[in-house]
Amino acid sequence: MTSTERVYPGAITSEGAQELAARGASTAAELLREQGSVLRLSEVAAAEQADRAGPEDETMIINMGPQHPSTHGVLRVMLELEGETVLRTKPIMGYLHTGMEKTGEDLTYLQGATNVTRMDYASPFFNELVFSLATEALLEVDIPPRATWIRMLMCELNRISSHFLFLATNGMDLGAISMILYGWRERDMVLQFFEKTTGLRMNHNYVRPGGVAVDLPDGWRDDVLRLLDALPSRLEEYDDLMTGQPIWRGRTQGIGLLTPEEAVALGATGPILRSTGVPWDLRRDLPYLAYDQVDFNVVVGSYGDVFDRYAIRLNEIRESIDIVRQIVDRMPGGDYRVQDRKITPPPRARIDESMEALIHHFKIFTEGFRVPEGEVYVAVESPRGELGCYLVSDGSGKPYRLHIRGPSFYNLQTLPHMMRGGLIPDAVAVISSVDPIMGEVDR
Amino acid sequence: MADVELRHGVPETRALGQVVLHPPRGAYRDVVAGLRQEGFTMCVDVTAVDYLTHPGRSGLPPGVAPERFEVVVTLLSFERRERLRLRVQVPEHDPVLDSLYDLHPSSEAPEREVFDMFGVAFEGHPDLTRILMPEDWEGHPLRKDYSVGRIPVQFKAAGAPR
Amino acid sequence: MGRGEGLGGLQHNFLTGNLEAAVKWARRNSMWPATFGLACCAIEMMATGASHFDLSRFGMEVFRASPRQADLMIVAGRVSQKMAPVLRQVYDQMVEPKWVLSMGVCASSGGMFNNYALVQGIDQVVPVDVYAPGCPPNPQTLLHSILTLHELVRTGQILRRPGTGAGIRVDEQGGGERVPVHVATPR
Repeated sequence: MTSTERVYPGAITSEGAQELAARGASTAAELLREQGSVLRLSEVAAAEQADRAGPEDETMIINMGPQHPSTHGVLRVMLELEGETVLRTKPIMGYLHTGMEKTGEDLTYLQGATNVTRMDYASPFFNELVFSLATEALLEVDIPPRATWIRMLMCELNRISSHFLFLATNGMDLGAISMILYGWRERDMVLQFFEKTTGLRMNHNYVRPGGVAVDLPDGWRDDVLRLLDALPSRLEEYDDLMTGQPIWRGRTQGIGLLTPEEAVALGATGPILRSTGVPWDLRRDLPYLAYDQVDFNVVVGSYGDVFDRYAIRLNEIRESIDIVRQIVDRMPGGDYRVQDRKITPPPRARIDESMEALIHHFKIFTEGFRVPEGEVYVAVESPRGELGCYLVSDGSGKPYRLHIRGPSFYNLQTLPHMMRGGLIPDAVAVISSVDPIMGEVDR
Repeated sequence: MADVELRHGVPETRALGQVVLHPPRGAYRDVVAGLRQEGFTMCVDVTAVDYLTHPGRSGLPPGVAPERFEVVVTLLSFERRERLRLRVQVPEHDPVLDSLYDLHPSSEAPEREVFDMFGVAFEGHPDLTRILMPEDWEGHPLRKDYSVGRIPVQFKAAGAPR
Repeated sequence: MGRGEGLGGLQHNFLTGNLEAAVKWARRNSMWPATFGLACCAIEMMATGASHFDLSRFGMEVFRASPRQADLMIVAGRVSQKMAPVLRQVYDQMVEPKWVLSMGVCASSGGMFNNYALVQGIDQVVPVDVYAPGCPPNPQTLLHSILTLHELVRTGQILRRPGTGAGIRVDEQGGGERVPVHVATPR
């Protein structure tokens, strides 16, 4: 390593061609997309419309983000405005690009969960789950039932905490400041259970290939039931505070409309797709883990507006509470991880007694376990939509290629469509309703 | 592996129970268009793999020559509740592929990501610029010949007294 | 108080003390953080501000969206190469006196992501006063690091900043000369 001296010139934060260009400098196809006209206009019609939009000095291109309180992290949105009406929108991302897919190629499969859990930091269990499922698919191992149900328990609790995060920030973005206090109060109740189980409040590295890291702690059932008893009345408070409130309805109803055809064409999944009336939930339609053994409803909206997306998430918390109750009732006994000495490290006590256990422990934690050559795509329903993992193995102890399909990455493509013709305050409502987590957008 | 099933005229294989099609570069767009008619209406994912240092691939059917880059597209059918994957071989000397943008607008951002990370260009894409890295970045980070390691801060700013 | 009467004409009680202590006391107890939430740590930073951990006990609950109204930048999360110029620009927009708290290992050293995409420690870009360890640091760690910073402000000098980092010291200002930053290059 050598050291060079680098003198930095004045602060330039332009991203060049990635930014929204003036109309004269954009092609018809670009204008079409920035106006959000997919499936609406032909290219010819868009070119005509571009001519009709009036002289350029009557519109203004403004920049929102990447350091902005209502862009949920480091999303940058460039807007072309006429007065206060949004004409064109272009999301610019990459400000949180962490190179996780590249780093993932350098970590063993056991370490991999540590890496992916930091992608969608509002729902870390789902990242670990999808990576573990993909690894297990390549290994072709079946995990014990208790591990499956523990995974479901943690994921549904995580869905609850993630949606509380959404409710808190969504309320704050639209001016219901007290929501952030309430949302965080409830979220912290869930996080306390996570901390007790996994040792961490976030980024748990708990779901691992082959099962979960540790068994549930003593008294977990009482903890979870206490949590479930407390939450429904809190949700009633939210209904009082927001759902029926005229200001809230005025800010959200009929704002950021999306049709089902547009949502499908743009690859939107999760609450955004369901808000348009498409009943698609991977838990029900392409079941994984043991979701085919629990009863729950898929919450679907009808208008595809900001209010629908809020209401869907609020009611998904109720459904998740229901699922967690079923899981608590039916949690099977047995092992919490697969008893395959090549994959699972031996218990701590065995290392003191057995030379073989010590060798296995050493091998697993230094070079990891080998995964047969192949490629697989696995997807789960995260709180934001379809979270997929495309994993390629070359037969060694590290993934050859690790790709995560982050739902927010695709959901953000709907922004130009939902914002077009709206006002700037509506833009804040729309961004908030997409609930993007930039960590999984940029990875 | 003498008999390879054909679907839309391209070989179809199964990997761990998942359906994989292997269209050649030229037919790729038509195959996706045909599949769209069949009900695969959502393009869920577009990504790529750089097979430069891979010791040997086994998943390819006979007749499909392996190339350095492989663009992987995942499609989803709501009616049939099915997934389907396409693996397209893209040669190193001419890394260009047709864009799916006019069939599936959802491929806009991921195709830009593939361009940014692998340097595979998409013909017909409305706005093929870098998406994750800064505009003046050199190289394509997810290529296997691009090192992971520590790099200097490509930092354009500062300099003002404070 | 009339002219020529001296202290004898005073109508009120008064305290004496040195100005420096008063200024530091005021700075310490009314520190306004700028929101610079980037990643996972931002969620914990918001949790610290919310009711359960209650940052307002230390007079700090007013997170300012505009850097010009803030004197503490809590860099919460990983800073990518693309974000680094933005970070510097936001820092430049803050008015003196200003402090930087590097929250989490990613901001402090790049953390577990030693790769092409991340700035390996924000002290290459801005001078840092306090580093909070953890991935992410839990709210108690953040509170502790904030109290550490308060202590630094209380015991420091009002014109000289502790440490040098990538920035330049106030007492050296005037020439406007550029300070070279040492950056490691790959082999």
